[in-house]
Amino acid sequence: MSGMAATDTLSKSALSLKVIIPKLEAVAIPLFAVIFGFAVFSLFLIVIGKSPSDFFSLVYKAGFSTGFSWQNTLSRAAPLLLAALCVALPAKLGLVVIGGEGAIALGGLTAGALGPHLSSLPYPVSLPILFIASAMVGGAWIGTVGLLRIKRGVNETIASLLMAYIAIALMNHFIESVFRDPASLNKPSTLPFAEAMRIGDMPIGISVHWGLFAGIIACILSWILIEKTTLGFAARIAGSNIRAAQVQGLPVGKLVIGFTALGGAFAGIAGFYEVAAVHGSANASLIAGYGYTGILIAFLARHNALAIIPVTILLAGFEASSGLIQRRMDLPDATILVFEGMVFVAILLSETLYGRFKIFSTNYWSKIS
Amino acid sequence: MSDVADIGLWGVPLAIIGGAIRVSTPFLFVSLGECITERSGRINLGLEGTLIFGAMSGYAVAVNTGSAWIGVLAAALAGICFGLFHGWVCKFKGVNDIAIGIAMMLLGTGLAYFFGKPYIQPVAPDLPSISFGWWSDIEQVQAALQVNALFIIGLFLALLLAWGFKSTKVGLTIRVVGDSTDAARAIGLNPDRVRLLSTAAGGALAGIAGAYLSLYYPGSWNEGISSGQGLMAVALVIFARWKPMNCFWASLLFGGAGALGPALQSVGISQGYYLFFAAPYVLTLGLLIATSSPNKAMESAPGELSITK
Amino acid sequence: MTEKKLSRRTFLANSALAAGATALATAGMTGFASAAGLTVGFIYVGPKDDFGYNQSHAEGAAAVKEMAGVTVIEEENVPETVDVQNTMESMINFDGAKLLFPTSFGYFSPHIQEVAPKHEDVRFQHAGGLWNSETDPKNVGSYFGYISMGQYLNGIVAGHASKSKKIGFVAAKPIPQVLQNINTFLLGARQVDPTITCQVIFTGEWSLAVKEAEATNALIDQGCDVITCHVDGPKVVVETAAGRGAYVCGYHANQSPLAPEQYLTGAEWNWAAIYTSMVKTVQDGGTIDNFVRGGLAEGFIKMSPLGPSVSDAARAQFETVKAEIMKGGFAAYKGPLKDNNGNVILNEGESFVETDVALESMNYLVEGVIGSIG
Repeated sequence: MSGMAATDTLSKSALSLKVIIPKLEAVAIPLFAVIFGFAVFSLFLIVIGKSPSDFFSLVYKAGFSTGFSWQNTLSRAAPLLLAALCVALPAKLGLVVIGGEGAIALGGLTAGALGPHLSSLPYPVSLPILFIASAMVGGAWIGTVGLLRIKRGVNETIASLLMAYIAIALMNHFIESVFRDPASLNKPSTLPFAEAMRIGDMPIGISVHWGLFAGIIACILSWILIEKTTLGFAARIAGSNIRAAQVQGLPVGKLVIGFTALGGAFAGIAGFYEVAAVHGSANASLIAGYGYTGILIAFLARHNALAIIPVTILLAGFEASSGLIQRRMDLPDATILVFEGMVFVAILLSETLYGRFKIFSTNYWSKIS
Repeated sequence: MSDVADIGLWGVPLAIIGGAIRVSTPFLFVSLGECITERSGRINLGLEGTLIFGAMSGYAVAVNTGSAWIGVLAAALAGICFGLFHGWVCKFKGVNDIAIGIAMMLLGTGLAYFFGKPYIQPVAPDLPSISFGWWSDIEQVQAALQVNALFIIGLFLALLLAWGFKSTKVGLTIRVVGDSTDAARAIGLNPDRVRLLSTAAGGALAGIAGAYLSLYYPGSWNEGISSGQGLMAVALVIFARWKPMNCFWASLLFGGAGALGPALQSVGISQGYYLFFAAPYVLTLGLLIATSSPNKAMESAPGELSITK
Repeated sequence: MTEKKLSRRTFLANSALAAGATALATAGMTGFASAAGLTVGFIYVGPKDDFGYNQSHAEGAAAVKEMAGVTVIEEENVPETVDVQNTMESMINFDGAKLLFPTSFGYFSPHIQEVAPKHEDVRFQHAGGLWNSETDPKNVGSYFGYISMGQYLNGIVAGHASKSKKIGFVAAKPIPQVLQNINTFLLGARQVDPTITCQVIFTGEWSLAVKEAEATNALIDQGCDVITCHVDGPKVVVETAAGRGAYVCGYHANQSPLAPEQYLTGAEWNWAAIYTSMVKTVQDGGTIDNFVRGGLAEGFIKMSPLGPSVSDAARAQFETVKAEIMKGGFAAYKGPLKDNNGNVILNEGESFVETDVALESMNYLVEGVIGSIG
């Protein structure tokens, strides 16, 4: 080996460090924040006389260790991925939509009301019809929020929240009246799905339904849409400055309606999977707060559709550990809420750290090499 | 129970009036608090968590001290702590006030449930109410006009804030900071400090709103005590166009419309009861659409407010 | 009605195998496992001290905790979603639970139906009486009590206490179980005075504090002076009604500490007796019947002690009727009986006894109830 070659490799590795380390910022800072959040929560546990090491080993065991732990975590993640997109997509245009729960309710209602009538069709036909119908209803519901914003200047935050309550009322009303299965005596529900139409588990050895796959694909597609297409580029321009976008002749109105409708469609699909894969009919159990958890996930992921995936899995894993924490440590179920609250505040706080460390700046690396 | 008259259908308007007074107070306090915060250019979406923590801490302190008013004070103090934290962390560059609010909602709720477990069973003293129905012999009218002191305080607070924003130096300071950080700096104001205090004030009022729920109406602490009043009230501020007196009317409307469903059922109309229960939301949305306009979009919105930018 | 008769030997063999598997599965894990004795899991949909449905089950769990050789594990606030499936599996996988009591009605379909076939060595006991011998797994059991008989007794005491001859009912949803309670409450009151009417308000949710308070106020505004309810946690209804000076009858659990003066009596679950006997059966190597039901006589339900405001006449009639019910085969529904739309339910001479299956699909309110089922 000649000396020349050695310096060459050295400069090459310096070059790659130069490229890699600035990119690490997006991983290192949240990681640091999570650890910081863990530390604060550990202090909380010590103050109330519980052992942090027990706690964290239980979180690991219940959420991330065995096949069953992963089943527990991932089965919770499916609806949350889609619900988070309902917040993240409109957020690209600077809109704060917090009513995804309504689109989940109506998407689920659509699947539940329509599904049993399609049982004569083969399921490769009936399920896509239901999927599309739920997506359309969810999309129309949240798309209306965008439409109201564009046509009437109605603030999307309050409109989406009000419409979520209205959607839940409509869902309950229809489940207890026209769409009610007369045999669903004490738990009013729509007619049950035929067994053949129930969506089963993915072939991954644990019991997790296909909604997870749909959620991950939806996140990836959304990321491509936003980062790699001109439409997404236009949306980002409009999101950073709506007036400038209008001046440049971008179709702001269409973008707003399109992105809110797409977000709503994803939430509607979450409702579809809840009915077709989990409940087998639409009933009041559909209202489980996924829409609201989705808001938190989207903000934690900084509305980055790909980042939604790890954030959701982290959150779902925490939720999965709640039971074991209650049973083994004799702590109330709210412990996990406190834990999540502390970790998430820490993550959101850490956003102020971006750009503050020299080691992550490209300038720093170009100077020393 | 003295002198219960058969009031029949009169029960409906009476229930709406009574309901407006009973149910509106938490909306009123949270929305007034958020009004102060948003006027300063920040939004605190986490007041739902503050409200729930206020409900718990107010109840717990009232149980332990035997005084409902000390409970209210404790709830306000707890609210100030949450507000100060929100106000402080949001001054850092890159920290998103909406996102922090949502995480604080989770944290506040979690802490309230965590520490509230031992207080689900004990009974706390209730806040007193004032009878404005003395002129009537009808028990139902007397009951509907049992007005809690906090409601009256809330009304005066709305008037005070309306006047304060318009005519006092403090009000002007908050508005200037809310409209433009740069302009505020230019005239020597410290926007971060103004927003910190405004958010703390908002938190205090949200805490009191929670204490109203647990100490007066419905008057008990349990984990289902709030059905989203805190979040809804934050949204109502936008509906009220950041005007304190509008917050008052919006809260009354919301409370009154919420009483419609049970009242109609009490006179035998129970078909489609879920739809009647949605009345406050439908009514508010309808008014919102009717009063909005694409051109004057959010003319009264504080310029620095992230949610309407 | 037992569908699955395990011989004592197979049962023991199964449990030994399972215990071994559990010991392996939990090796190296912190905390306890079911190495010795039986681990029993209780799952609640709300907080376990809600003065209501969940508390009644938690009181049963507390009684099981007192038994020797039993480890009780509990989880509260578990929604009727995939969450409860995960909770059940977690109790089985991590704690080696062999007997589960997922107590919320909505846990059954599809959640218990989904999980039970995967764990044939675990027994699932569900409150609600939904088990179907043809379609449901054999390691699942149903149990429920005829609590509407308790509402009948509530009605008798209410009938004596009411001066306005109007009594009120705050109800969650118009489903058969709730409708039965509303109807028997009124039928009980009409044993005292056949002119009494009962006003009902549905809140639409099992737990919604402000709406429950509004409903209670609206009932009292309409002149109702005795209130009862069927929601998950009656605390708000009881306190609001008592605050307005009305009398209250409790439900699910004993709420008398909330309103000692105005609390007349209440229909309570008596899960302690039921759960301890079920756990005992499993401990002794037996099998619990798949379908168990009972009323006052069988100890499934009980009445709160009569409050200080209950008159002597009310007390006497309460005790007489209670003794009748204790004999079994009591019929609260006797013809001629119409619903509140005028349709005939029962003709002269016909009746529904407490165990009649016709009651389980009830979709009407009887004559005298003001309200409709939507």
